[in-house]
Amino acid sequence: MLIDVNMTINGKAVRGQVEARTLLVDFIRDHQRLTGTHVGCDTTQCGCCTVHVDGKAVKSCTILAVQTRGKDVLTIEGLAQADGTLHPVQEAFREHHGLQCGFCTPGMVMMGVAICRRHPNADEHTVRHELEGNICRCTGYQGIVEAIMDASSKMASSSTTGGQA
Amino acid sequence: MGQFGIGQPVRRKEDVRLLTGRGLYTDDVNFEGQTWGVFVRSPQAHANIVSIDLDAARAAEGVVAVYTGTDLKADGVGILITDVEMKDLAGTAMFRPKRDFLAIDRVRFVGEPVAFVIAETQAQAKAAAELVMVEYDALPAVGSTAFAASPDSPVIWDELGSNVGVHWENRPEAEIDVHMARAKYRAIVDLVNNRVVPNPMEPRCAVAKWDADAGELTMYAPTQGGRRIQGGLAKTVLNVAPGKVRVISPDVGGGFGIRGKLYPELGVIAYAARKAGRPVKWRGDRSETFVSDYHGRDQINHAELGLDENGRVVALKVNTIVNCGAYMAENGPRLPISGGGRIIPGVYDIENFYFSVRPVLSNTVPTDTYRGAGRPEANFLMERLMDKAAEVTGLSREDVRRRNVIRPDQMPYRTQMGMLIDSGDFAANMDMAMKGADWDNFPKRRSESEARGKLRGIGLSNFVEPSGGRPTEEMRIQVDANGKAKVFAGTHSHGQGHETVWAQLLETFLGIPFADVSLEQGDTATMPKAAAGTFGSRSSWMGGVGLQRSAKRIVEKGTKIAAKLMQAEPEAVSFEAGVFSAGTSSVTIQEVAKAAYETKSLPDGVEPGLDESYFLERDPEEFNYPNGSHVCEVEVDADLGHIQIVNYVAVDDCGVVLNPFIVHGQVYGGVAQGIGQAMTEQTVYDDDAQLVTGSFMDYGMPRAQHLSMIDALFNEVKCKTNDLGVKGAGEAGACGAPGCFVSAVMDALAPLGVTHIDMPLTPDRVWRAISEAKAANAA
Repeated sequence: MLIDVNMTINGKAVRGQVEARTLLVDFIRDHQRLTGTHVGCDTTQCGCCTVHVDGKAVKSCTILAVQTRGKDVLTIEGLAQADGTLHPVQEAFREHHGLQCGFCTPGMVMMGVAICRRHPNADEHTVRHELEGNICRCTGYQGIVEAIMDASSKMASSSTTGGQA
Repeated sequence: MGQFGIGQPVRRKEDVRLLTGRGLYTDDVNFEGQTWGVFVRSPQAHANIVSIDLDAARAAEGVVAVYTGTDLKADGVGILITDVEMKDLAGTAMFRPKRDFLAIDRVRFVGEPVAFVIAETQAQAKAAAELVMVEYDALPAVGSTAFAASPDSPVIWDELGSNVGVHWENRPEAEIDVHMARAKYRAIVDLVNNRVVPNPMEPRCAVAKWDADAGELTMYAPTQGGRRIQGGLAKTVLNVAPGKVRVISPDVGGGFGIRGKLYPELGVIAYAARKAGRPVKWRGDRSETFVSDYHGRDQINHAELGLDENGRVVALKVNTIVNCGAYMAENGPRLPISGGGRIIPGVYDIENFYFSVRPVLSNTVPTDTYRGAGRPEANFLMERLMDKAAEVTGLSREDVRRRNVIRPDQMPYRTQMGMLIDSGDFAANMDMAMKGADWDNFPKRRSESEARGKLRGIGLSNFVEPSGGRPTEEMRIQVDANGKAKVFAGTHSHGQGHETVWAQLLETFLGIPFADVSLEQGDTATMPKAAAGTFGSRSSWMGGVGLQRSAKRIVEKGTKIAAKLMQAEPEAVSFEAGVFSAGTSSVTIQEVAKAAYETKSLPDGVEPGLDESYFLERDPEEFNYPNGSHVCEVEVDADLGHIQIVNYVAVDDCGVVLNPFIVHGQVYGGVAQGIGQAMTEQTVYDDDAQLVTGSFMDYGMPRAQHLSMIDALFNEVKCKTNDLGVKGAGEAGACGAPGCFVSAVMDALAPLGVTHIDMPLTPDRVWRAISEAKAANAA
């Protein structure tokens, strides 16, 4: 039996029919063909599939598509501005070599945005702790941690001066 | 050098694409009308296959076909066999088991594929795979490396009669015993180099279609360069000309050495796509990574170092057992010998060296190349010996090393195994690393830690490794009429940033702006004929020099065209920074490129176009020798066995650095993999050879909180054996890290009387070692 779902993805209203067991990540990748969100494991450990649901970082492999009916989903494709200007976290990943092969990257960036929002001026210990659920095999995390710390500081100063992040 | 030239910390071209979700990985590719494949894998570690009943699976909803090894065999599919041939001193050749793409009579490890189901949807294929009824007759199994080598072990291959493929030796042992007898001190270590699962973040995946009219297969799959897989599929599976197989590896989510292989799954998918006449997609999950991607390391070493009264090494003997798994993979048995064994003496001047290797078979996933491929094992072993040598001689750890390192004035240095180390300053590496880590003030920091109830230790490791991989590569540069350049690479970037570095090289060599250079790679239809790929830290040399020489040919041809444009003699034309000059005249390479495509502008005898390639071939025994010295400092909580890295300094000599930003990234990643092996990662098989660590839930991948910031420094000594002066950089971190990390922890625990812990140094193992030492002290 197929179930109707509708939600907002990256600001756009989408609808579709899914099986009850369809995971959000499969709805995003296979139904909506938004392939920036990746699947790196089958045990909710790697975080490659991290997206935002109503502003919170969620592993999209561990939530059903039907659970996000009516909700606002943001994937890596929707993070930069429409004119292509990168989000401060994306920009910081580029500046600090926070990615190599790029496979864990969308999840890392989405998690990074969530960390920056929750921890203005996040320190190294906080960032490393918060990244517990995201695995990278290439970078040794160094550039990722530096990028999130940098973005967190920039976003904090930008929000106090009235800018947007 | 300009802002984007060689040596500049240029930010990566590929990043915006990958940061905005616009990467293209294999799972993002779908073919019209594709079916979905699922492998039926053995739950048994060792068993005879009595029967396979496919009726229920074939009748299940949506099923298109089910194949077994018998089907493949009937259609002429060949077998997989190791590339390695080696002999013992008596001339007896190593046993080389033959592997079917799908097991037919017997399974030999958990996860071995026995059938392949394709259906309209992935869910249907998964459900049908559950209905494949395989009757097994279980046999005794062995997962342990040490036990597999013992005469009491169950035998995996009846025709071999034991599990030991060969007993390879570099020379008769007695020749070195003579020298060992002169030793005043002997340092002996017994080590386990733990088995790890490489785990690139992108699980394996493939999608293939067969064009019946053209008789051609197209397959997308993550590889490290598809040429060899193309050849293997054509010859072994499909029995067609290589040109009838196209392998495309778009963005690839990490390689680490294990991607460039003809895995059985790829062969089965190619076969099924042709046989069923429908495209086939397989999306391997992480559990399949654990039971089907080749594993890494897995050695047991017994080593003995003899030293004279001055702390100088007089002889070195090493005996290694390597667990090759159930079959011998393409390179598996080679790793402890030509991969790493012959470089065991490392940065030290050791004249008398004996080593032997016994590759053994067991009921485990086959092992093969993983970041460093034998060199991290070799360097770790040598550095543990040096720490032990310090202990038995009473010298400090740095002193015993300094007394034995190869000096710059000994370069080029011919090792006892015949390798020629061209350059390096190993003592200077140590100086730089120890200074960077403030080694001299360590006692003060140790006291501070003690005051807080913590144990503190510091460790040092040296390493050197031969880099270069296969001795041929081909690179091509095409400059179009607008002056924009495209590199057609034989190398393959899967995280190494070639899109950026190759553009830096072209800006340097040809003056074509960084922004005007693009990269085409990973497609056998467009890559150079002799493309080899990226592995063994080879790309900077083989790809970089290949590009340099292709660029030289572009300039040579451009000179002829420029001469005509400027009405000058070609001999009078010079080239610099993108401009051809003769006297007071000059034309840019862009103008020359435009002219190259206009017949009227061409000199007589010059073909249209500006498109040159270079086939680079080096002596197969010529390598470059990245080397370095790493220092690690740790704090240990004795109550919890928890280790915190508090400082890490990596000094690397990777020759001329093409892009320090990217090379630093290679160092950080390599160190993380080395620390992972030494601290958290362990592949566990139980007594029945069942894989206990089969997911990220129970396998200790290093996470952000396990690591600290790494201070990466360069001690650049230009390589003398290639035009660019580069040395490899990809594997150095993994070579240096285990040695200094373990040394640091053992230094921290030494006051308690702990003398040895096998990797990985998990909190459990550390806590137990401390408890046992305390109990022994109390007794």
